[in-house]
Amino acid sequence: MSLISVKEVSKQYNGHKALDKVSLTVPEGTVFGLLGPNGAGKTTLIRIINRITAPDEGIVFFDGQPLSATHISQIGYLPEERGLYKKMKAGEQALYLARLKGLSHDEALRRLKSWFTRLQIQDWWNRKVEELSKGMQQKLQFVVTVVHKPRLLILDEPFSGFDPINTDLIKKEILRVKAEGTTVVLSTHDMGSVEELCDNIALINRARVILQGNVHEIKAGYSKNLFDVHTRNELSIQLLSSLDAQSFELLSSSTRNGHHIYTFEIGYGQSPNHLLQAILPYAEILEFYEKLPSMHDIFVSAVKQQPINYPA
Amino acid sequence: MKKTWIIIQREYLTRVRKKSFIIMTILGPLLMAGLWIIPIYISTLGQGKKVVQVLDESGLFIDKFVSTENIRFVPVLLKLEEAKQAFLVSNDDALLYIPRTELSLPVTALLFARSQPGIDLKAVIRDIMRRQAEALKLRAKGMDPEVMNSVKTRIILNSIKLADDGTEEKTSVEVSMALGLVGGFFIYFLIFLFGSQVMRGVIEEKANRIIEVIITSVKPFQLMAGKIIGVGLVGLTQFLIWVVFTGVLILGFQATQSDSIKNAPKHTPITTQKVMPPQQMQLVAEAEVEADKTLLEEAMEGIRQVNFPLVLSAFGFFFLGGYLLYAALFAAIGSAVESEADTQQFMLPVTVPLILSFILATYVINNPNSSLAIWFSIIPLTSPVVMMVRIPFGVPWWHLALSMFLLVVGFVFTTWLAARIYRTGILMYGKKVTWAELIRWFKYKV
Repeated sequence: MSLISVKEVSKQYNGHKALDKVSLTVPEGTVFGLLGPNGAGKTTLIRIINRITAPDEGIVFFDGQPLSATHISQIGYLPEERGLYKKMKAGEQALYLARLKGLSHDEALRRLKSWFTRLQIQDWWNRKVEELSKGMQQKLQFVVTVVHKPRLLILDEPFSGFDPINTDLIKKEILRVKAEGTTVVLSTHDMGSVEELCDNIALINRARVILQGNVHEIKAGYSKNLFDVHTRNELSIQLLSSLDAQSFELLSSSTRNGHHIYTFEIGYGQSPNHLLQAILPYAEILEFYEKLPSMHDIFVSAVKQQPINYPA
Repeated sequence: MKKTWIIIQREYLTRVRKKSFIIMTILGPLLMAGLWIIPIYISTLGQGKKVVQVLDESGLFIDKFVSTENIRFVPVLLKLEEAKQAFLVSNDDALLYIPRTELSLPVTALLFARSQPGIDLKAVIRDIMRRQAEALKLRAKGMDPEVMNSVKTRIILNSIKLADDGTEEKTSVEVSMALGLVGGFFIYFLIFLFGSQVMRGVIEEKANRIIEVIITSVKPFQLMAGKIIGVGLVGLTQFLIWVVFTGVLILGFQATQSDSIKNAPKHTPITTQKVMPPQQMQLVAEAEVEADKTLLEEAMEGIRQVNFPLVLSAFGFFFLGGYLLYAALFAAIGSAVESEADTQQFMLPVTVPLILSFILATYVINNPNSSLAIWFSIIPLTSPVVMMVRIPFGVPWWHLALSMFLLVVGFVFTTWLAARIYRTGILMYGKKVTWAELIRWFKYKV
C-alpha cells in the first residue's frame, strides 16, 4: 500500500521547469530516499507534498485520496533550512509548534516531556533557544517535527551539522518511528545514511525522476558478477592461472591490513560457490562478497550519465 | 481559526512580557501626565511670600510699591553699596535699585538677587513702574490718568458652536487644536510603531527560517492575520493602560492640588464704565467673569467641554482601522525582503500617504472644514490621522460614518492584497525582489 503517490506532477517557476512530469510512490511504513543533486527539484516536490505550493499539473495522492488540507496534520516536515524563535524558551516554543499541529495543550505537554527526557534535553526546557548548542537546537527541531505522531515524516538533510553521536541518535529515532509504522521520506546527500536507512529511493535530476525503486534491487541491477575474496595468505600464481582457466578472471589484487584482497569477474556458466570451492583448499578465507556499486557510485553514474567505474 | 488564535496568543504574550513594553507602559502615562501636571505645578511654585527691598533714589516710585499677598516691599534708605551689603546679610529675596532719573528717558532699574529672580516678580515690578511712569507723564501733559484707564479695553472673544438644532456649545479653538494635533500625531506614531513591529516580526520569521516549519502547520494567511491581530492587541492594551493610568494620575493630582490651582495668579480685572443698556450689561458682567479666570482655568474649562468619550472611541477606532490597513502592507513588505536593510524601496510608497497625512494635519488644524480636510479625512490611507485632527472641532456624523466605512473597506482590501504577496514572499530566498516580481507573486495561483 502506498502512502504517497505522485502522478505526473509538473511545476514551473518563471519559465524554469522545477518538476517535469514526476511520478513516484512511497510505500507505507518504509523509509524512502529522495535523492538528487542540488537544484534538481527535490525541495519543490517536498513543498508540493506539504501543500505549501500547488503543482501546475498532475496530482498527489495521500493514502489513496487526493492530497487535501486535512492531511497536513498527518505530515511532519523538517526543512533543510530550519530555525526557531531565538528569544523563546525551548519548551514554550515546542509547545507552540505542537499546538499549531493540532495537539491539545495538555497532550502536547505530556508528549514533549517524554521526548525531552528521551533525547536528554529536559534540563533545557526553560532556556532560551539562543542559549542552546546547535546540536540541542537540532534535537529540539526533530522533536517538534515528530511530536504529533505524523503518518508521514519528511526529513530534508536531517543530519547536516550533527556530530556522529547525535547522527546515530537521530538515525535510531528514525528507525524507531518507522518501526511504529511511520513512513519516512528522507532527502539527503549523505549516501551512507541512504544505504543504512532507506528501503526505496527515487533519484531526481533536472526536474525528472531518472532512477527509482528498492535499494537492493537497484544495486543488484548494477551487478557485474564481481566478487571480492579476502584471504589470510597470498594465492599462488598456479592457483590464479587455474582459476582463470575456469573463467574466474582476476581483475585486481591488493593487500590491506593483512588481508589479501582479490576481485574476480565470474564468467558465463560459473557461480560464486564454485569460485569459493576452488579457493577453499589453498587459503584461509576471511571475507567473501559480491562487489556491488555503492549508492554513491550509482548516484554519480546516473546523474553524469557515465558508466560506473568498476572496480574502484 | 483555532490556530490563528494560538498565533495571536504567542504574538501577544511574547511582546507584552518584554521589558521594553513594560517600561513604555509605565513611562507613557508618566510623560503624558507630566506634560499636564508640570506647568500647573510650576505655576503654583514660588507662591511663598517674597520680600523685596526697594532703594528708590528717584523717589518717584516708592509710594507705588504696595505690599501684596505674595510680595512684601520694604523701603531702604541707604547708599547702594551699603544696601547691597545689608541685603546680603538679610534673608530677603531681592533688592530693587532705582537710580535718579529723567522721566523723558527710559527708566532703568536694577534688581539684585542671590539667584535668578522669577519672571513673575520682574513682571510685577515692571508693571508697577510702567504704570507710575505713564501716570507721571500723563499728569505732566495735563491729563488725568483715570481717563487713560477708562479707555483701556480688553477683548474677550468666545467661540460658540451653533448646531443645526439651535443648541449652543462653547468651544475652545485652542483646546481643539491641541487635542486634534496630539490625537493625529499619536495615531501617526502608533501606526508606525506597531506597523513596523509587524514587519520586523515577519522578517524575523523569514530570516531565521522558522517560517518553513510553521507554514506546514498553518496557512500563510492565518499566520499573517495572527501576527497583525496579536500586535494590534498589544497596541490596544498599551493605549488602554495609558488612558487609565494618565487619567488616574491627573485626577489624583487635581484632587491633591485643587487649592493651589484656584490660587494661581489672576489677570487684573479692568473696571468698566457701567453706562450701558441692561442686556449689554449682562454680557459685560459675563465677560468680567471670563476675564477673572486664569489662563489655566480657561484651558481646563475648554478641556471639560471636549466630548472625551467621542474623541477616545474615535481614537480607538481610527488607530485600529489605520493600523490594520497599514500593518497588512508592512507585513507584505516584510515578506518580500530578507533583512530590514532591504525594506527601503518598498517602504517609501507605503509611508508616503502616512507622512502626507501628518503634514496635512497642520493645515487641517487651521481649516478643519475645508474641502481638502474633508476629502483626506474620508480617503482611507489618510483618514486615520486627518479625521482624528478634525474630530475635536466637530464633524458631521455622515463624514464620520463614511470615513469609518471606507476605512474598513480599505483594510479588508489591503489585507487581501498583502496576503497574496505574503504567501509567496515568505518562502522566497536569495532573490533581489523588484516591483515587477511583487506583481508576479500577486498573480500566482496557489
